Amino acid sequence: MAQLVDDDPRIIEFDVRTDEMLINMGPQHPSTHGVLRLVLRTDGEIVSQVEPHIGYLHRCAEKIGENLSARQWIPYTDRMDYLAAMNMNLGWSLAVEKLMRHEVSERARHLRVLIVELGRISSHLVGMGAYGLDLGTFSPFLYAFREREKILDLFEEACGARLTYSYITVGGATADLPPGWLAKCETFLDQFEPVIQEYHALLTTNAIFIKRTAGVGVLSREMAIDYGCSGPVLRGSGVDQDLRRDGESMYTAMYDGYAFEVAVQKNGHYPRDHSYPAVPPDAVLGDCWHRFFVRMLEVVQSMDLVRQAIDRYSACKEPLGEPLKLMEKLPVGDVYLETECPKGQMGFYLVGDGSPIPWRVRARSSSFSNLSVLHELCRGCLIADVPAIVGSLDVVMGEIDR
Amino acid sequence: MRGPAFLERLEAALPGAIVATHLEAIDPSVEVAAEQLVDVCRWLKESSDSRFDSLESVTAVDWFEPDPKKAAKVTWSPHTELIYHLWSTVSRVSLVLKVKLPRWKGDVPGQLPEVASVAGIWRTADWHEREAYDLSGIHFTGHPDLRRILCPEDWEGHPLRKDYEMPLEYHGIRAK
Repeated sequence: MAQLVDDDPRIIEFDVRTDEMLINMGPQHPSTHGVLRLVLRTDGEIVSQVEPHIGYLHRCAEKIGENLSARQWIPYTDRMDYLAAMNMNLGWSLAVEKLMRHEVSERARHLRVLIVELGRISSHLVGMGAYGLDLGTFSPFLYAFREREKILDLFEEACGARLTYSYITVGGATADLPPGWLAKCETFLDQFEPVIQEYHALLTTNAIFIKRTAGVGVLSREMAIDYGCSGPVLRGSGVDQDLRRDGESMYTAMYDGYAFEVAVQKNGHYPRDHSYPAVPPDAVLGDCWHRFFVRMLEVVQSMDLVRQAIDRYSACKEPLGEPLKLMEKLPVGDVYLETECPKGQMGFYLVGDGSPIPWRVRARSSSFSNLSVLHELCRGCLIADVPAIVGSLDVVMGEIDR
Repeated sequence: MRGPAFLERLEAALPGAIVATHLEAIDPSVEVAAEQLVDVCRWLKESSDSRFDSLESVTAVDWFEPDPKKAAKVTWSPHTELIYHLWSTVSRVSLVLKVKLPRWKGDVPGQLPEVASVAGIWRTADWHEREAYDLSGIHFTGHPDLRRILCPEDWEGHPLRKDYEMPLEYHGIRAK
């Protein structure tokens, strides 16, 4: 009998008692996307609780904003979401323009669409490449950065910077595009288009990738809304909302005349899904795979928008217009404006008191709200799934900590 | 933002909740009584036809001028203002709620002003209120876990208050 017990491995497993353990992950962990610290309460391999600790990058940008003029604060918005600085510049510029009731020229409008959609592609490429890295595959990261590099080259030629642009500014942009830039942009789009299929082969349809993401970290529609999630995290849960279409008229006017479909699953189908990989049978709406897939669809959507913007921009013969003065006085009043940044809905709140320096500045960060749902997603998951879930939220700490 | 008919329904459902309306502003807002904030929020989320199911942000603004020369010229009296930006994913409209609080509870300096937490209505309010507590020093009563979120837990003061003074040092690190 004793022999039997020793031979049966299951009995030994029942014999071992597991204890709860606290595991510290971060703030210097490679898969926490910057300086996010997670304290995991685990029982064996199962995570029972996740407690995010944030603030390691906190600079109190809002307080800095109370000491600078509205245009002087633009470089600080660069440093929030430093992977999509163009989009952050735009969000703040539009909020200030809303307070000043200022309307930019037609040329500036198309220039902005062109630039921010390129910014969205570059942000999603980092999100995609880093996600592969989180899941243990290195190649997609290199593939993604190879293409992103070309976008950064384009940005560098337009404004001189590769990461913190301060290009889009209150009243338009700091400079018009240099001659020959549009042709280079079109060349980039032409060679980028077939590369998307490589990404799908590397990740989207990869059997290991699907095993790691499908059905993991399922975020229900109701919970996504309750936690204020936005962007691909919200759309990945099947909520049909994109501020470029549904936002305030101040913002949607920018996309007037542009044709695009919101990347969200409706009635079990993604838009134009005939030409893209089918949803794997294991995937559940709201899981990591869907959040990733929405980003991939948005890359194609943004490419399409960039092409449309190039046509409209080159048809515009009027001048770009000068940006507003550095110390332009702000009217008395307060405004709030949200824009659709690659990571989600980025809101800026601004109180003007008649001087050039705002009385109060507030940045509502999309990643901040997206991260707050993490403890719900990680309850009961495996330790190895924590990086998969964090990566699928695609947070950037510069924006969360501000 | 909704028209006056919407406000009439709110007034009928919760008499006395609306303190003032600013409909002519760029972002029209409704100022509600601090004591009825939770009831108003619950009504907005559950009963109103717009169903404000999403809370976008909670912002605190400190209306205080530390410079006595400038303070003599301002038209407002010192107070703290809380701003709630709501959004409805159903009808895609936004709403701005404002709540006025004293800068200090009972006008005793150091006593944080109190307002009821709305974390029981929108879960996202949990982190947003923690941030407002951390940076602006608002005490949200009934909050499940009111701790600092961005500053270190042993940080002193609330940086976004206009009379905040940067500490000389923090754990041996020169700060000023």
